[in-house]
Amino acid sequence: MSSTDSGIPVEPWYEPPDGPAPALGRPGEPPFTRGPYASMYRGRLWTMRQFAGYGSPEETNERFHFLLERGQTALSVAFDLPTQLGYDSSHDLAGHEVGRVGVAIDTAQDMADLFDGLPLAELSVNFTINATAPIMLAFYLVAAEQRGVDPAGLAGTLQNDILKEFLARKLYVFPPQPSLRLAGDVVEYCARELPRFNPISVTGYHAREAGCDAIQELGLTMAAAIAYAEHFTARGLAFDSFAPRLSFHFSSQLDLFEEVAKVRAARRLWYQIATERFGAASENSGRLRFFSGCSGATLTAQQPLNNVVRSALQCLAAVLGGAQSIHVMGYDEALEIPTEESVQLALRTQQIIAYESGVTRTVDPLAGSYFVESLTDQLQQRASALIEDIDAAGGYVRLLEQGVPQRWIAESAYAAEKAVQSGEKTKVGVNRFVTGDDGPPPQLFTVDETAAARQRARLAARLAARDDAAAKQELSQLREVVAAGGNTMPAFLAAARAGCTVGEITGVLRAEFGEYTEPPPW
Amino acid sequence: MALRDAGAEVVYLGLRQTPAQIVAAARAEDADVIGISVLSGVHLALAREVREAQQAAGVADIPLVVGGTIPPQDAAALAELGVRGVFSVGTPIEEVVRGVLEVGLLARDPLTPGGSR
Repeated sequence: MSSTDSGIPVEPWYEPPDGPAPALGRPGEPPFTRGPYASMYRGRLWTMRQFAGYGSPEETNERFHFLLERGQTALSVAFDLPTQLGYDSSHDLAGHEVGRVGVAIDTAQDMADLFDGLPLAELSVNFTINATAPIMLAFYLVAAEQRGVDPAGLAGTLQNDILKEFLARKLYVFPPQPSLRLAGDVVEYCARELPRFNPISVTGYHAREAGCDAIQELGLTMAAAIAYAEHFTARGLAFDSFAPRLSFHFSSQLDLFEEVAKVRAARRLWYQIATERFGAASENSGRLRFFSGCSGATLTAQQPLNNVVRSALQCLAAVLGGAQSIHVMGYDEALEIPTEESVQLALRTQQIIAYESGVTRTVDPLAGSYFVESLTDQLQQRASALIEDIDAAGGYVRLLEQGVPQRWIAESAYAAEKAVQSGEKTKVGVNRFVTGDDGPPPQLFTVDETAAARQRARLAARLAARDDAAAKQELSQLREVVAAGGNTMPAFLAAARAGCTVGEITGVLRAEFGEYTEPPPW
Repeated sequence: MALRDAGAEVVYLGLRQTPAQIVAAARAEDADVIGISVLSGVHLALAREVREAQQAAGVADIPLVVGGTIPPQDAAALAELGVRGVFSVGTPIEEVVRGVLEVGLLARDPLTPGGSR
């Protein structure tokens, strides 16, 4: 760890003889350009967190065990679309989507089954859930209670970034303002009750995957973080009470040095925003930590094995940028959800970079490169200019409601695709080095068509077994809290304990808040 | 965007439409082509439902095309359901435009391919 393969000693970090430049600082020190922690991977490797979920809770539970047995160090739950949109598996609109792109969770009991046999107190779990995030958090906390695990000790991250659903990911349910209220309820509750939990992961990833460039990804993520911080402080939360637990989520695409520079610039920019705009007193409020989801959008359906190499480069960029946790895409993800073989290879990609490449020996190894430092400055400046434009136009939420940043992304995506089509941008195996014979398609994941029916049967059994009057009582309590404007988390927890379903709980919110329809994109 | 650039009139319905809503809109707009995009992997089931809804509404002659995350091995099954064009991940934009316009024009005037109204 502390010397190269040929025995040359490696220092924890390197800097000019006369000390660090103010724009860089030292690792773990403001403005955190070089990393949020002093020792970084010398102290602790990043968390290897493959995103996983399909079918019913027990099938996903099997995949979780599979990943942990192979050396994964934390979990990340993918939910199916009905769960993300607040429909029960039995709902007409849920149809074929039950258990399709993630696991189907209807009740707190389903959540308990999802984590069956897994050590909740020791595991860090990410939940990729947004519109129904407070409900899934309540289900998880109730599952922990039932297992006798103290919720205060639970570690993990709730994505809970509803603004980027309007921007790019599109799984919104309620209009922006009540959505922000729900996000704030979670943040407030977590600040009080769940000290080890990140209640929100401010995410530029989906905008980038949808087609914007690295500057827009950075600027839009910071604009969203500002909008959340303004909303939470306006409802009376002190900035330092929630900012240290804000987490960030970026993509990591293929332009290696730009991707590294992007996250270095992100740390510096957030420190500046936290201190100058919000007057952070706690150093931790400006210490940006992030998850890298690498990039599915850069993978190709053609010659899919090439994606193994693309994923390795993306993971390397995330590591050189100092990510706290990483998911690597499976090579078959342009075609299907990944097979066991494919996720194992993705995990092995992380492990080979972590344990064989030597890049973890010193912190921020690209610091001081004329090129990388210049790129870092450029990304910060250009993203700052975008933030200023957003401020000048009335703020991020207002622009989102008008569909403006959505159009920026659509335009960038169209331009990028045209560059591939014209050959101006090379995509190996797509517009160059095309053999005409890509070989047989890979063995793809096969969906168990019976999983949805089993999930519906499970839901029916749970509804039959519960105290219906008690469940209805909790739903009407929830309705009152929603109408009165109080924090909804305790009511979600009570409803979860009474066996209420995600569809019932979301139904109450739909009735009170209404549903959002987006403006036409063009 | 590319279809508009190519001169087509595009009625974009937005996300999360049911087969019944899609067919009703196609009927109301007197569409030459129905296009659906599916990324979640349920393209076979959804294409079947849209075709059934078209038959029920008496507009089975409007050609249906499907785009999205579609493994190559599913193309034949989609064709059997009566899907007239499949545009999987990685299909060049111009191929999508050409394919959609072709099936649309053929449906409008089957005797003179390439003709327009």
